[in-house]
Amino acid sequence: MALISKGDFVRDPWRRLADEEAFPENGKLIVSYERLDNALKARGANGDIGVFIDNTLEIDKLTPALPKLGLIAIAFPSFADGRGFSLARLVRREGYRGELRASGRLLADQYAHALGCGFDTIEIPDDLAQRQDETQWRAAIRVHQRTYQRGYISSGSILDARRKATQ
Amino acid sequence: MSINHSNTVSRINSPKTTYQYDEFDKDFIRERVAEFREQVRRRLEGSLTEEEFRPFRLMNGLYLQLHAYMLRVAIPYGTLTSQQMRRLAEIADRWDKGYGHFTTRQNLQYNWPKLIDTPDILEALAEVDMHAIQTSGNCIRNVTADHFAGVAADEIEDPRPTAEFLRQWASAHPEFSFLPRKFKIAITGATHDRAATLAHDIGLRLVKNTSGDVGYCVIIGGGLGRSPFIGKIIREYVPRTELLAYLEAIMRVYNRYGRRDNKYKARIKILVHEKGIETIRAAVEKEFATMDHTAFQQDPQEFERVAASFVSPPYEALPSESSKLTKARLETPAFDHFVSVNVSEHKIAGYAIVTVSLKPINGIPGDATSHQMRILADACDRFGFGELRVSHEQNIILPHVKKDDLFALWQTLTAADLATANAGLVSDIISCPGLDYCSLATARSIPIAQAISQRFSDMARQRRIGKLGIKISGCINACGHHHIGAIGVLGLEKKGQESYQITLGGDPGFSASIGEILGPGVSADQVPEVIEHLVDFYLAERHETEAFIDTWRRLGHARFKDVLRREGEDGADI
Repeated sequence: MALISKGDFVRDPWRRLADEEAFPENGKLIVSYERLDNALKARGANGDIGVFIDNTLEIDKLTPALPKLGLIAIAFPSFADGRGFSLARLVRREGYRGELRASGRLLADQYAHALGCGFDTIEIPDDLAQRQDETQWRAAIRVHQRTYQRGYISSGSILDARRKATQ
Repeated sequence: MSINHSNTVSRINSPKTTYQYDEFDKDFIRERVAEFREQVRRRLEGSLTEEEFRPFRLMNGLYLQLHAYMLRVAIPYGTLTSQQMRRLAEIADRWDKGYGHFTTRQNLQYNWPKLIDTPDILEALAEVDMHAIQTSGNCIRNVTADHFAGVAADEIEDPRPTAEFLRQWASAHPEFSFLPRKFKIAITGATHDRAATLAHDIGLRLVKNTSGDVGYCVIIGGGLGRSPFIGKIIREYVPRTELLAYLEAIMRVYNRYGRRDNKYKARIKILVHEKGIETIRAAVEKEFATMDHTAFQQDPQEFERVAASFVSPPYEALPSESSKLTKARLETPAFDHFVSVNVSEHKIAGYAIVTVSLKPINGIPGDATSHQMRILADACDRFGFGELRVSHEQNIILPHVKKDDLFALWQTLTAADLATANAGLVSDIISCPGLDYCSLATARSIPIAQAISQRFSDMARQRRIGKLGIKISGCINACGHHHIGAIGVLGLEKKGQESYQITLGGDPGFSASIGEILGPGVSADQVPEVIEHLVDFYLAERHETEAFIDTWRRLGHARFKDVLRREGEDGADI
C-alpha cells in the first residue's frame, strides 16, 4: 500500500492489525471496528489507536469513540462508490479532528473530492500507485483551484472570492 | 486551439437576457477543460485504465456509442444565445458531420467526435461560456427548466435563476460526484408543467406560501427508465433561503442509502419506492435539522446576483393585436396554420413565443444541420433579442418575437425547412436515437418516428387530430420518455426481431401518469397502422376539443384495447 499526504508519498507510521493477529503492546495500530472497544480498553486514550470502518457504518456507532481515536480509515470498495465522501463529512461534523484516511482504489482524479470532504490522507494499493505516481497526485492538488460549494475544504470558494471582489 | 470566426462575435446590440459568466465562472470551466485534456493524455499513456477513465469522460459529456464517441453538450435550462448557437454550428462543421442532435434533456449531442479532439471541442465551447460538464455520469446532471421560462403567461416566477443557482452548486461537487446513479433535476415556475417535474429524481415547483413568499415545492423519486415512477412530494414548501441546504440533505441521504448492488435499482426512485416516502422524508428532515446551516447563510445574496442576470429584453410598448399579422394570416393559409400551431401566448402584449419544429415530415427528431443552426441564430438576432431555447420536446424556441415580425420570420424559416407547423401535433414525435446510434438500444427508434410522421403527412388531418404526444424509446431505459407519451412506443428485441410495445395514457404534466400497455408487441412496420387505428377511434369518440388523453381517461383503457382486438380479427395481426 502507498500512503499519500499533501501530494507526497509518505511512510505510514500506522500498522493495520489483521483480526486474527494478537494485540501488540506498542505502536500505532489500526483495528477493525469489531476490535475497537477492546483495543481502546487495552491502550486507553493515548491516540495510538485508529479504526478501519466500512463506508456503511452509521456515524452514531462511532461518535462515543471519536475523542479517543488517532485515526479513522474509511474503506472505498471501489473508486465509483462515493459513500465514503458523505461519511467523511459526518465524521468531521461530529467534531473529529484526528487523521481521516481514505483507503481503497481512489484515483488521483478524486483527490480534490477527498480533501474537500475532510480526508487528510489517501491509502492506495501498490499497483495503482505505480500507474498513478507522486507527480500525478501532486498535480491533482492544484486541479480544483476554486469550487462553487461552501462548507467544503478547498483552496478557494468561488462564492467567497466573488463576494470579496464585489465588496 | 480556438476558433476565430467573425460570425461568433455576438451582435453588439443584442441585450443580455440570460446569465452572464463572470471571471470565476470562466476560470472554472477553463480549469475543467485543462483537467480533462490531462485525463485524456493520462488515459492514452496508460495512467488511467478505460474503466477508471470512464466516469471522468462521462462527467465531461463523452460517451462511447455504437459506432463512435458521442459528446453531449450542456445547454443549461435550455437557454442559448445566438452567439452560442453559431459556435455549436462551427463545432458541427469542424469536428462532426455538419449536424447536431437536440435531446430531451435540452442538450445537444454530436455523434461523431474523436476522443483526441474532445479537449479542443470543450475549449471551443468554453470560449462562449459553454461546457459539457455533468451531462452524463453518476452525478447531478444538467438542470432542466420550462422552455417558456420568463415569457410564459402562466408563470409565478422565472425558474432559470434557480436553475443557474443549482448548476453552480452542483458543479464538480466534492461530495456528490460519485452517486449510486445519475441524478436529474427539473424546475418549473408556471401553472402548467412543461418541465415534467414529476418524472425527475428531484422536481422543483416555484410556489407561493400563504404570506406570498416564493419558495419551492420539492418532489422526489420520479423517473422513467425500466421502472417508471411518478414523483412524490417530500415537502410542500421550502423557503428559498433553505433550498440548497434542503437539497444537500436529500443528496446526502441518497448518496448514503441509495442501492449500489444493482445499477437498475440505484436511482432515488427505487430508494423511495422500497423504503417509502415517509421513511425518506424522516431521514431527510433529520439530516436537514442536524446539518450546519452557516455555509448557506450567503445563499440569498448569491441568488440575487444570479437572478439579476436574467433581465427582460427591452420590449416595445405594442398593442396586443397586430394588424400586420392578421392580414398575413388571411392572405397566406400556410402561415396561418403555422401561427395557430407553433405560436404561443407571450406575457407581453404584442409579442409571441415561436416554436421551431425540428420534426419535419420524415425527418430525424431533434436533428439540426449547421446551416439550420446559423439560420436560427440569425433569425433570433433579427427577430428575437438574440435568445433561443431548446425544449425537452427537442424543438427550438424563439421566446420573444414581435407579432408584427412573425410573417418575416416564417418566411426565413420556410427557406431553411424549419417551418413545419406541427408543434405538439401527432408528428411532433419525441424519439431517442435508438439502434442507429446507441449501444444500449434494443430496437430502432428514428425509422419508426419517420414512418409515423409519413403516415400522418397530411397536415390538415394532423390539425384535425390536434395536440397528441407520441414518444418513442428504443429500449427500456426510456430516453424517448415513452412512459409519459399519450401514445408511447417502446422498441424491444424478441427472439432476434424488433418488437414494439405500445402504451396509452402517459402524461408528463401536473396530472402525470405512466402509460398502460396496450397488448402484445407489434412489428416495426405495423406501428404506424396501429397508431392510425387508435387515432381514428379517438376521433370518432372524442367530445368536441377533448384531448386524446382525456378521451382515453373517460372511455378507459379496455375500450382502446377492444378496437385493436377487433382490428386483429380483420387480419391486422395484433
